[in-house]
Amino acid sequence: MKDTGLGWSTIRLATIVVCLFMFAPVAVVMLLSFNSSQFGSFPMEGLSLRWFVELWHNDAIVRAFQTSLVLGALTSMISTTIGVLASMAMVRYDFPGKRLVSTALVAPILVPEVVLAVALLLFLQFLSVPKSFPLLLAGHVIFTLPFVVLVVQARLVGIRREYEDAARSLGANPLQTFREVTLPLMLPAVLAGMLFSFTISFDDITGTLFWKPGGVETVPTQIFAMLRNSISPEINALGTVMVLITVALPLTGAALARRLAARMRGR
Amino acid sequence: MTATARGDRRPWVLLTPALTAVTLLLVIPACFIVVYSFWLRTGTGAEQAGFYLDNWREVLTDPFYRDILGQTLRIAGISTLVCALLGYMPAYFIAYTRFRHRAYLLLLLMLPFWISYIIRTMSWISILGVSGAVNALLQWLGIIDEPLQMLYNEPSVILGLVHFLLPFMILNIYVSLDGIDRSLTDAAKSLGCTGWQAFREVTLPLSLPGLAAGCLLCFVLGAGTYITPMILGGPTDAMFANLVYEAIITQLNWPLGSALSLVLLALLGGLVAIYTRYLGIDQIAKSFR
Repeated sequence: MKDTGLGWSTIRLATIVVCLFMFAPVAVVMLLSFNSSQFGSFPMEGLSLRWFVELWHNDAIVRAFQTSLVLGALTSMISTTIGVLASMAMVRYDFPGKRLVSTALVAPILVPEVVLAVALLLFLQFLSVPKSFPLLLAGHVIFTLPFVVLVVQARLVGIRREYEDAARSLGANPLQTFREVTLPLMLPAVLAGMLFSFTISFDDITGTLFWKPGGVETVPTQIFAMLRNSISPEINALGTVMVLITVALPLTGAALARRLAARMRGR
Repeated sequence: MTATARGDRRPWVLLTPALTAVTLLLVIPACFIVVYSFWLRTGTGAEQAGFYLDNWREVLTDPFYRDILGQTLRIAGISTLVCALLGYMPAYFIAYTRFRHRAYLLLLLMLPFWISYIIRTMSWISILGVSGAVNALLQWLGIIDEPLQMLYNEPSVILGLVHFLLPFMILNIYVSLDGIDRSLTDAAKSLGCTGWQAFREVTLPLSLPGLAAGCLLCFVLGAGTYITPMILGGPTDAMFANLVYEAIITQLNWPLGSALSLVLLALLGGLVAIYTRYLGIDQIAKSFR
């Protein structure tokens, strides 16, 4: 198809159109967040940062940010820890029932998130656990676990056991082997898992709306609540900040991972 | 590289935390809502344990629920179809381009996943809303005097869903296109196929698993959402998950909400089960590599 010039041009054009479709709306939100007018819409009256300043002084939004950051960080630590352990078992060992275990590990994303949210909420309420931060955290952990397992497994497959065997045969004890060989080799995988679970948690709204206690808001639920009133330029500014965070994080992470990998090869 | 000692306990030790979490936070709660769906919420708001079929009778026979279910399947189906049509060409472009900086294209493909779902959804208000970009432009050009009402209907819900789901489709198609051995199309051409024939006879069939995985993912994610219709839909554009939200959060009718969730689970979980039975879950897992 490539050699028929017309076909390829059509494909290229379609790709550009799809890119515009994907990114233009978000670009408009970011543009509007710098609008100095008091309405969060067109026409643009002038450029200003007043809505970002306003954001900073809005207690509800600052609190939502704190909640989201703490929740994301805890989720990513717990989810990555248990996810990495499980991935090591899946990649390193053969055992009876492996297929079933593999399905169980990704089950939380095979089930529609609404159903997962309802089941967890009702079960824990039945056990008299009220809607609370721990419930929210448990929900985020179970929902992000499959992503961590998939991402980390994919990267662990590339680490060959021979490296560890070599270290052992050269006289390293198991702990030294883990610290000096396995861990550095695994680090990009662990980092990827942490970043992935953090962003998913930071972004989640479907389950969060079910699990969050009254009065507690994460950034997405805060945006959702604000949307019900009207589009204020504050929302646009909040959106801009959120896009910057969730895009900058993985980019930094990827760059960091590449640096690590390069340094390791250099050794 | 895998150790295969039978009775080796090490993998199970490593798996214990994850499997405990899945059991406690997913498997048991899912069994629990099955039981719960047979309970009854009495007029006073208290719940009565027992074996009542009332919730199920209501959910399965009330035409209201059937209509919303039909609407949900229609919206998710159309969104999936549009995603497949829009997604194939960009995926093909990324897989086959000779552009030097292909890595940046891949980054561009991943970028939407990192941009918050709620922000991507609400961004359409700034585009299509009464004082959004399109209306502002048309009024400025003098084409219209009054702003057009383009939001809060079924098409705007579908638009929002397509915008949310398209990256999943493109990624899945790309992964399967990328795995096709290039010498196959060369062979087809050397045997006299035109470029289009080689595509139709070789590349397209070989990319179908990716297309199918993409469609499954888009349909299941689309049919399970309630946020998009709440933000971009009108009062009549509810989807099935909105009913669940309504029953659980607004009416606090948990037994009914359980029954509704189980209908959604049976439908979408059933689709996933059929898919994995015949095609395996690996196709979707490939996207993570």
